[in-house]
Amino acid sequence: MDKIDLHDFRFSGGPQLGEIPDLRQLDAADKAEMLMSGVDVEERERAGTYLQVDHGRVHCKSLQPGVEILDIKDALKKYDGLPGYFWTQVDKDKDEFTRSAAENLHGGYFVRTEKGAKIAEPVQSCLFLKSDMVGQNVHNVVIVEDDSELHIITGCSVAHGSKGAAHLGISEFFVGKNAKLTFTMIHNWADSTVVRPRTGGVVDEGGVFINNYVLLKPVKDLQSYPAIRLNGRGAVARFNSVIVAPKGSYVDSGSRIELNAPDTRGEIISRTIASGGTIVARGFIGGNAVPAKGHLECKGLILGGGIIHAIPELRGAMDGVELSHEAAVGKIAQEEIEYLMARGLDEDEATSTIVRGFLNVDIMGLPKELKDVIEKTISESQKDMF
Amino acid sequence: MLRIEDLHVKIGDREVLRGINLHIAENETFILFGPNGSGKTTLLMTLMGFGNYEIIRGRILFRGQDITHASIYERARLGIGMSFQRPPTIHGLKTRHLVTMCARGRDIDVEGMAMKLNMDAFLDRDINAGFSGGEIKRSELLQLMAQNPYLLLFDEPESGVDLENMKLIGATVRDVLSGGIEPRPGTSMKQQRVRKRPVSGLIITHTGYILEYVNADRGQVLYNGHLCCEANPRDILDHISQYGYQECVRCLN
Repeated sequence: MDKIDLHDFRFSGGPQLGEIPDLRQLDAADKAEMLMSGVDVEERERAGTYLQVDHGRVHCKSLQPGVEILDIKDALKKYDGLPGYFWTQVDKDKDEFTRSAAENLHGGYFVRTEKGAKIAEPVQSCLFLKSDMVGQNVHNVVIVEDDSELHIITGCSVAHGSKGAAHLGISEFFVGKNAKLTFTMIHNWADSTVVRPRTGGVVDEGGVFINNYVLLKPVKDLQSYPAIRLNGRGAVARFNSVIVAPKGSYVDSGSRIELNAPDTRGEIISRTIASGGTIVARGFIGGNAVPAKGHLECKGLILGGGIIHAIPELRGAMDGVELSHEAAVGKIAQEEIEYLMARGLDEDEATSTIVRGFLNVDIMGLPKELKDVIEKTISESQKDMF
Repeated sequence: MLRIEDLHVKIGDREVLRGINLHIAENETFILFGPNGSGKTTLLMTLMGFGNYEIIRGRILFRGQDITHASIYERARLGIGMSFQRPPTIHGLKTRHLVTMCARGRDIDVEGMAMKLNMDAFLDRDINAGFSGGEIKRSELLQLMAQNPYLLLFDEPESGVDLENMKLIGATVRDVLSGGIEPRPGTSMKQQRVRKRPVSGLIITHTGYILEYVNADRGQVLYNGHLCCEANPRDILDHISQYGYQECVRCLN
């Protein structure tokens, strides 16, 4: 992995799109890229949208009562700098990427539910990199108040034919008592994009945080390691990731759960495929209270070259914690291929059927059209695998 | 239907089958007995074409075609279907999807077939994930019904199955082997039999429970890589349960 020099990227100036009141006005190529990240430009069955291109917001709208969606800059003004939230889950001085986001904030979304509001339809967001060699600093804050429910689908995407771009994103999550946040992130970068999200969150008593992550397209260099603290009794966190690294991709991705209260549960499930690229699949569950349960499962397949480095970590700090993990890096079992061949599938059909099952996103509970887009992308990316 | 000539098969360095000759006619069901390790499963796996089973001599003819070196899926598409003893779990592959793929584009009533086998609740589960012994057998049968093969290979259809399941499985195996002939208005069973496609079976059994359900024509004992003692399967079973396989040794020597 080469060191990233932020000076290579343009973090200020350059062309800036104005407000786009109707997302259908976006140009066709950008629309196609956004669609792959789960953005519905018709805004059908969506509770609202936040869309940012390069350094600024172009669209921000809540379509349902009970959920507030603002540009983070407006939210900071409206709520006096968001004390108790802004920069509480991620350390501003962690590294040059957090510092860049702190010093020169371009935007990002602020999403907050009202207490008790169950928002049935997902809020969608897209952070889009359009210009060549653009550097984007965003900071997102999501607050799910007590007893409310929210699903955010956020796509990060880059314009077709991009020669290079950097995305630095801070995200902070706050899940209240008996609240539920499902956060689905679909990354859709290019082989020249560098990506440094920094994410942290906290879940209160009885709260549930579900994080889905899908990365199927090439990316030059990505490092992501969201950390969630379960601080209230009975809180639950689950991370599901599906990652493919084709040739040229370097992906260092993992998640961290701290079980800090009794009756908390954490689960990390990742499915990775290296098809020429490199994946570091991390996972950490810390048991600091009892009773608490954590399970970590990282499974990787190497199909057509590449490296998968699985680093599952468990840290128990109390009598009575229950933490377990299973990790596997390997190939498709010959037995499974032959089983399907005995049903009349040729070797390629059998292999692709098994890979599609391995990269199964059913567990994520996504809207159908998004699931279809993901499955189509998986079929296309299989061409490079075998 | 199936003709095996002087078949010798090696697994690794060990010669497991040593000159098998066997003919199974159209619409015939053949029962294979033999002690553990005698090579029964090896024979089935070799017929299906699995990788670890190396044919060092002899040939296999299926419906007149030499399939000795055909791949697994070519054999499946020609019409050989096998029920696996311990099939692998494939995560993320729904039973419904696999059954549909078994039909290879033919229009089938998956729900109806699953209903018959009491498998409708399993259609949306990952194939073989946490299935019990009886559920595995029923799932295998469901796939075979969708495949609709000419030759069915069953490896111990009664192993790990409770009595209630055995009834359902036995009856379904009989149905599949008879090609779905049953009394119908407008056409006699005899007429149906004339028109139906031929179906044959090769069944491995230890307990013989399956004989209660299927109409088995012939049987033989596989002992130490050789076939011997051709007789009515019921007589073979009676003999084995009384005297064990000792007599086979004498027979072969």
